[in-house]
Amino acid sequence: MDNVLLLVFVFLIAGVIAVPLATKMGLGSVLGYLIAGIAISPLLRSLGVDVVSLQHFAEFGVVMMLFLVGLELEPKMLWNMRDKLLGLGGLQVLITTALVMVAALYMGQPWTIALAIGLVLSLSSTAIVLQTLNEKGLLKSDGGQASFSVLLFQDIAVIPMLALIPLLALPELLEILHPTVIEAGSQLEHGAEVSFVEGLAGWQRGLITMVAIGTVIVGGSYLTRPMFHFIAIARLRELFTAAALLMVVGIALLMTFVGLSPALGTFLAGVVLANSEYRHELESDVEPFKGLLLGLFFMTVGAGINFDLLFNQLGSIVTMTLGLILIKALVLSVLALVFNIRGADRWLLAMGMAQAGEFGFVLLSFTVANGVIPASLSDQLLLVVTMSMLLTPLLFILFDKLVAPQYVKKQGDDADEVDEQGNVIIAGHGRFGGIINRILLGSGYKTVVLDYHAEQLSRLRKFGLKVFYGDASRPDLLHSAGIEEAKILVVAIDEQAQITEMVRYVSKHHPHVHIVARAVNREHVYELFSAGANDIIRDYFDSAVRAGRSALEALGVHPFEAERKTCGFVLNDKRTIREMAELFDVNIPAHENEPYIAKAKELMAMEDRAMQGHGAGFGSRDNRDWLPPKQED
Amino acid sequence: MAKLLVYYAHPGHQYSHVNREMVKRAKALNGITFIDLYAEYPRFNIDVEIEQQRLMAHDTILFQFPLFWYSTPSLMKEWQDLVLEYGFAYGTGGNKLKGKRVMMAVSCAGSEDAFSREGYQNRPIRTFLSPLEQMACLCQMKFYPPYVLYSALHAPHNDAMQLHADGYKELLIALRDDTYDFEKALTNDVITFNTLPIQRGQRHG
Repeated sequence: MDNVLLLVFVFLIAGVIAVPLATKMGLGSVLGYLIAGIAISPLLRSLGVDVVSLQHFAEFGVVMMLFLVGLELEPKMLWNMRDKLLGLGGLQVLITTALVMVAALYMGQPWTIALAIGLVLSLSSTAIVLQTLNEKGLLKSDGGQASFSVLLFQDIAVIPMLALIPLLALPELLEILHPTVIEAGSQLEHGAEVSFVEGLAGWQRGLITMVAIGTVIVGGSYLTRPMFHFIAIARLRELFTAAALLMVVGIALLMTFVGLSPALGTFLAGVVLANSEYRHELESDVEPFKGLLLGLFFMTVGAGINFDLLFNQLGSIVTMTLGLILIKALVLSVLALVFNIRGADRWLLAMGMAQAGEFGFVLLSFTVANGVIPASLSDQLLLVVTMSMLLTPLLFILFDKLVAPQYVKKQGDDADEVDEQGNVIIAGHGRFGGIINRILLGSGYKTVVLDYHAEQLSRLRKFGLKVFYGDASRPDLLHSAGIEEAKILVVAIDEQAQITEMVRYVSKHHPHVHIVARAVNREHVYELFSAGANDIIRDYFDSAVRAGRSALEALGVHPFEAERKTCGFVLNDKRTIREMAELFDVNIPAHENEPYIAKAKELMAMEDRAMQGHGAGFGSRDNRDWLPPKQED
Repeated sequence: MAKLLVYYAHPGHQYSHVNREMVKRAKALNGITFIDLYAEYPRFNIDVEIEQQRLMAHDTILFQFPLFWYSTPSLMKEWQDLVLEYGFAYGTGGNKLKGKRVMMAVSCAGSEDAFSREGYQNRPIRTFLSPLEQMACLCQMKFYPPYVLYSALHAPHNDAMQLHADGYKELLIALRDDTYDFEKALTNDVITFNTLPIQRGQRHG
């Protein structure tokens, strides 16, 4: 137990120190984790930690990442990507494998080993690429989408590769290794040990595979909603997190049982759930686990570097690494042209995907276990894979500094035209937020609605409204709802303290968002004013004003005069509230704030005079309306 | 430099090709005040105090609007009704606008021929603007011939819209920089983009 805690402590402290430093220096979090890993590697060695098995465990972060990517991707978008997925991805794997194989042949390897090396090195690092693209907000660019297609294809391609590699076995290696084959082989695919389909006939395997995929799709579509609805009744946050993890782990297990990639399975589940109202909640629940596991994974990559071997063969390792990066970048940049990916996106794809990836580690141990590649060569290749991953963040920096600035598009100067439609987030879909949502949707704007009344949400869904479950005041949920890209946030939840907290958080961390906030009373208006809300609307004010106007009309006041009187009242009220808001100080209780009290007294006296028909109170504006000229003229 | 205040009134801004082009050019100019009345008072709640301050702070007032039913859009009429108060703009003590210059920039759907004794509108355009001319007179302001675009609905399909909008920009610059030839302007009933009386050598390309 002490050892586990110590280990956790070592990893956490390395990450907590190195990552902010790396981010501050503009190196990105991935490089930060890698460096942290290198830094703690001597310590890990002296503690006798098995870095490799830790890495297998941490690879589950990749599975979670693909689940999250799937959540962002609706089935229709996936279908639209099919050309890139099969064409670009397929050609990348084929051509890169062939070129690497040729290079290996040239260096004197027999063709079986050369082919195995080609397969191993053709794969890129899903973890590094997706994490970096996400961090830079480039995942939705053409280059990002192309990178993603290729990565997804590679993930699928691993499965036939695993079938192919044992056929390349060298008899002499097999003899030496035979006793360990089965043991090492079972380490595969994120450490799952059980394979259900071993020893079944081909058609049976196929059938079981179809059933498993069908289970994920049907279960995702029809079972998750009632399940989460059931859990939502308990109103416990941690239950949601538990359920989300349960689902991801369960799918991963199911997939390994039937011999499929767990990453692929969870990705599929993510796609199925992309339209669900629980999407944002799932996202924010799984996200921290994914982040921690990926961080751990990157650190184990850094810690796994065999420095003795590296320094002994520095020249050849560096040459092979650079050669590999060059080949992969070249293949991708040519393919990018074929698939009409141009400009900065082309270079993003070529430079970002030029490394070998974590599947390389998996395949390498598999090749050794199957007697395809001798262990000494595999150690060298491990170093090449690691070094190429280590260089990737540097390539991204190169892209940022040198390539991207050349392709920056000039913005149009047409300031008068209506802005492009930005997304609107509506927090709270009750009687207040619901009306706002109807108005915006009716005018053709896109809204994202957050609310945490599960019953109400399912009712709204029946009307075809796009709503998501979750406590809207949580920053992580706002993040998954897209606060970074949002133009407007409407805060329409009920609780005063939560409204203020939300406004304060968003105006501080996302100053580009225009905040329309609901205030529950006068003092709350002042609070929201100092918290940075742009528009503050008292929830009962307008309806009360209309009721007042109806009362005036019922008393026999001419309807237009009643309208002008209430108009004057509203304007005057707005003015006084603004004057008061400027004196209000959240840090001083209202009853101790001297200038505030003085102003309040003054305004109250003015209003009294106005109500009784003296002075220039709220009636002052309507007195100026449409007065006839004086008689003497 | 004369202080120029431009009031723009169009309830269907997003549907008007001509006025949108004109507004785009006006907004891009420095040294003038541009007020979009329908944006300022979407609920018709005109702030009399602010508007009177605005008027007093400028020398030349230009109203840009489309001719609706031979008159101004309704908010501009409301603005007149409320802002040009007795005792401010006219009547006893009502001399706050005395000596200021007033001009209109009007777009209308009818053709130049239609706005004549023989045309289907029966009267020249100046007849329909006479209430505004008299408004200027009662407020002791000087009224100058309007800058007019006829056949405005056809203008987006030929060169006229761009020429009119470019001419509008030249007009605003000339009013701002005191290079507008007011004397020469008075010799015309209306001003169009090819009869802009801008002092020689001062026209901007």
